Amino acid sequence: MYVLKRAVFYLSIFWAAITLNFLLPRMMPGNAATAVMARAQGQMSPQALKALEIAFGVSSNQPLWHQYLAYLWNTLRGHFGISFTYFPEPVSQVIASTLPWTLFLIGSATIISFVIGTGLGVLSAWRRGRKVADAIPVAFTLIASMPYFWVALALLYVLGFVLGWFPIAHSFSDEQSPGFNLQTIGSVLYHAALPIASLVVTSLGGWMLGMRNNLISVLSEDYITLAQMKGLPEREVVTNYATRNAMLPQITSFAMSLGFVVGGAVVTEIVFSYPGIGYALYQAVTNSDYPLMQAIFLIIVTAVLIANFLIDILYSRLDPRVSN
Amino acid sequence: MEYHADSDVSLASRPPKGSAKKKTKNVRLLALFGNAKAVIGLVVIAIFVLGAIFAPLIAHDNPNAEVYMLNQPPSSAHLLGTNGLGQDVFSQLVYGSRVSMEVAFSAGAIATTISLLVGVTSGYLRGFADNVLSWITNVFLVVPSLPLVIVLSSYMHYRSEWPIILVIALTSWAWGARSLRAQTLSLRERDYVLHARLSGQSWWQVVLGEILPNIASLVLSGLLFSMINALLTEASLAFLGLGNINSISWGSMLYWAQNNEALINGLWWWFIPPGVAIAVFGGALALLNFSLDEITNPRLRKRKVRVHEQ
Repeated sequence: MYVLKRAVFYLSIFWAAITLNFLLPRMMPGNAATAVMARAQGQMSPQALKALEIAFGVSSNQPLWHQYLAYLWNTLRGHFGISFTYFPEPVSQVIASTLPWTLFLIGSATIISFVIGTGLGVLSAWRRGRKVADAIPVAFTLIASMPYFWVALALLYVLGFVLGWFPIAHSFSDEQSPGFNLQTIGSVLYHAALPIASLVVTSLGGWMLGMRNNLISVLSEDYITLAQMKGLPEREVVTNYATRNAMLPQITSFAMSLGFVVGGAVVTEIVFSYPGIGYALYQAVTNSDYPLMQAIFLIIVTAVLIANFLIDILYSRLDPRVSN
Repeated sequence: MEYHADSDVSLASRPPKGSAKKKTKNVRLLALFGNAKAVIGLVVIAIFVLGAIFAPLIAHDNPNAEVYMLNQPPSSAHLLGTNGLGQDVFSQLVYGSRVSMEVAFSAGAIATTISLLVGVTSGYLRGFADNVLSWITNVFLVVPSLPLVIVLSSYMHYRSEWPIILVIALTSWAWGARSLRAQTLSLRERDYVLHARLSGQSWWQVVLGEILPNIASLVLSGLLFSMINALLTEASLAFLGLGNINSISWGSMLYWAQNNEALINGLWWWFIPPGVAIAVFGGALALLNFSLDEITNPRLRKRKVRVHEQ
C-alpha cells in the first residue's frame, strides 16, 4: 500500500515534468517554437517536421488538449524527435551515447566523495576539541562556498595547462581507438582524474558536516554513555555503537545523491569538455535545440524519481515505521 | 562560554511567557557576538555591503568604459589591472558586487518567504491544505534545480536581474519549507501553543506569537543558506552565458574572462578576483550559518553534553 502510494506520487511528478516541457515553449514570450521551426525548414524530412509541430504546437489549428495528448503519446514512446545540434542524429541516440560517460564520471566522484567525506566526518566528530579536527569542517565549509566552476577551472589551469600533468579536455585521447583494452581504459581513467578530483574536493564538505553532526548527536545518547560506563574501549564505542547509527541519514542522502548523478554534471562537463549528458544539455541550450533539451531534462528528472522510489522501497523494508 | 540549552528550539520546550521569552532572545543575539566565527562573518558581510553602497567613492573608473590599455597587469593606476576589453577590473569588481549581492539577497529573501509561508501554513493547518502544499513541496524537492534553472533560463530574454532572481527563488525554497513544516508540526503540539489556542487566540496570533519566535533561528539559517545558493547559482548561470551577461556581476566577469581565455593568456588578475570575491562573501555567509548552528544546537558546541541534564 505504501509502495503503491509512493509510485503514484512519483508518477504524478513525472507527469508534471512532461507537462512542464509541453507548456514552457508555449508560454514563453518571443515564441521559441516558431524560430526553431523556421530553422528546421528544409533541413528535415516532412515527418520530422510534423513531429516538431506536435512538440511545439505550432500548427495551432489543433485544439490545445489535442496537441497535449499527442505530445504525451510521443514522449511515452520515447519519440523525442531529432536533435539540431547533432543533426541528423535522433535525440534518443544522443542521450544513449552521452549518458554512460556521465554515469561513470559523476557516479565515481559521488562514491569517492561519500567515502572520504564520511570518514573525515567520523574523525572530526570523534576528535572534537582538538585543533585539526575543529578546523577541518570550517575549511570545507569555506571551500563549499566557492563557485564550483571556478575551482575546477583553476585546477584545470594549474594541473592541466601549466604543469601539463593532466589532459585538459575530452574523455579519452584521440589516438586511442575505442575498445576494451588496457590502453583505452587507462586513457579514460587519466582523462577522468581531474574532473573527479574537482568534484570530490568541492563536495566532500557536505558529507563531512552531515556525518559529523549526526555522530555528535548520537554520541550524546544514553546508550553511548552506557557503553562507555561498561568500560568498552573508546574506539569500539565510536565505530560499533555510534557510527553505525549515525550512518543511516548519511545513507539516505547518498541514495538521493545517486539520483542527482545524471543532472549534477552540467558545469563539470562543460569546464572539462567531457562528452556527457550535461555537456549535451549545454549544447542544446546554446543552440536552441529544444527537442534535445526537453528530452535531457526529462531523463534527469526520471533518474531522480527512480532513485527516490528505490530508496522508499528500501526504507519501508528496513524500517516498518515508515509505512505508517 | 555558557549558553542555556533552551535557546535550542528543537530540543527543549521553551518557557511560554513574556519576560522569560525576551531574556532568551537576548541571550541568543548576544551569543552571536560572542562567537568568533560569527563576528568574522558579520564584519566581512558589512564590508561588502558598504562597498556596494559606496561603490562610486571606492572605484573611480566607470566599470563599463572600454577606454584603457588592454590586458595591463595590476598597477597603481589600475589596482587589479585592465581586462581584454580595456575595462578596469577593480571597478568592475566593486560595481559587480551590487548585482551579485542584489541577486543573493533578493532571491534568498523570496525563497525564504515562500518556504516560511508554505512550511508554516502546511504544518499548522494540516489536513487537506497540508496534503496539497506538501505535494508541491515534494515536487520541487525532487526536481533537480540546476537543470531546471538552465532549461527555464534558456527560454528567457534578459533585460534585468529579475528573471534570474525569480527562477532561483522558485527552485530553491523547498528544503526550507520541508524543515519549517516539520518544526511547526512539532511545535503545534507543545503545551504552551495549546494553551494559547485554548485561551481563544486566533490562528494568526498563535502563529505570530508562539510559532514564529521559535522557528526564527531555523528561518535565519535557511535565509543564509538560500543566499549562498543564489550567489553560486547566479555565478554558474552567468558563467554559462545564461544570465544577463551585459550587466556587470562577478559571474558575468568570469564569463567574459573565460570567453577571452584570460587564464591561458596569463591574465590571472581578470579571472581570480571575481572568484575570490564570491568565495569570501559566500564564505562569510557560511561562517555565520555555521556559528548559528553551533549556538542553537548545544550538542555541536561542547564535547560532553548530556541531553537529560536539561
